[in-house]
Amino acid sequence: MLIKLNGNAKEVADNITIESLLLQLGVKNNKAVFVEHNGKVLTEGELGVVLGKNDIVEVISFVGGG
Amino acid sequence: MDDFLLIGGKKISNRFFLGTGKFSSNELMRKAIEESKVEVVTVALRRVDGGGKNENILDFIPKRCIIMSNTSGARNADEAVRIARIAKAAGMGNWVKIEVISDAKYLLPDNFETIKATEILAKEGFVVMPYFNPDLMDARRLRDAGAATVMPLGSPIGTNKGLKTKEIIQIIVNEINLPVVVDAGIGRPSQAAEAMELGCAAVLANTAVALAQDPVKTAVAFSLGVQAGRYAFVAGIAQEKNVAEASSPLTGFLQD
Repeated sequence: MLIKLNGNAKEVADNITIESLLLQLGVKNNKAVFVEHNGKVLTEGELGVVLGKNDIVEVISFVGGG
Repeated sequence: MDDFLLIGGKKISNRFFLGTGKFSSNELMRKAIEESKVEVVTVALRRVDGGGKNENILDFIPKRCIIMSNTSGARNADEAVRIARIAKAAGMGNWVKIEVISDAKYLLPDNFETIKATEILAKEGFVVMPYFNPDLMDARRLRDAGAATVMPLGSPIGTNKGLKTKEIIQIIVNEINLPVVVDAGIGRPSQAAEAMELGCAAVLANTAVALAQDPVKTAVAFSLGVQAGRYAFVAGIAQEKNVAEASSPLTGFLQD
């Protein structure tokens, strides 16, 4: 199914969880990363959420900046 | 000297604020913060597309620090507001540096959009520190919009050109009853000291420290420069004169 990931359309498996998506992206263990799902920032405990069609996901990190 | 800077209900002793971008490593950034005893730092938010370091920059910022998310990347008020809300929801607290830039060449901030974002975020309880192109009318608008400070640029980001906007910054310091934090373009501790001698409340620098040959020493130098400028301002800056005035007595010379 199609979702929107970081502003771009992305094909993912049906019923994939956010956690699995992060694993696929190779950022599962990146402690700086957090997720916004349909406008809501998720806590670590909420990463088991199952994605739906056309869901909007942002994978974000705090980084160095001036 | 018992001379705290009060912003958003927090007492700040070190008036040198440090940006965390461009450091060659998180560990080096951490040392710079520790050695210079910086209290206020900025961070940014970015999308992550995959991989990346397994380090969390936040783990390298001492717990005592106040971390201010910037809204870098925002091209308008809506984007800035969105970034600020995400940062807060992610646990970053309510200090935000508003940075709205749609000029890719000089990275000059968009004052109009900055004022809009300030008003929205101040109403939501953020401690808003807007980065702007120094202009007295816009400083007044930012103050009226609820900004906690105003952050005029010294010169364009990363240029190390110092206080090119000195005259306007002095006017803003004289006319606006808010802490004035010079941000951007400060390349030397002496420029930071100069800003403080004008009566600015604090100075924020990033590039000059992060890209220095020795970022740790440079951070310390900036901290000391800001302190020196502040002490001088509080003590009273000497007036310039057009004719000389001797420093040694004018009588009792060893001559006939």
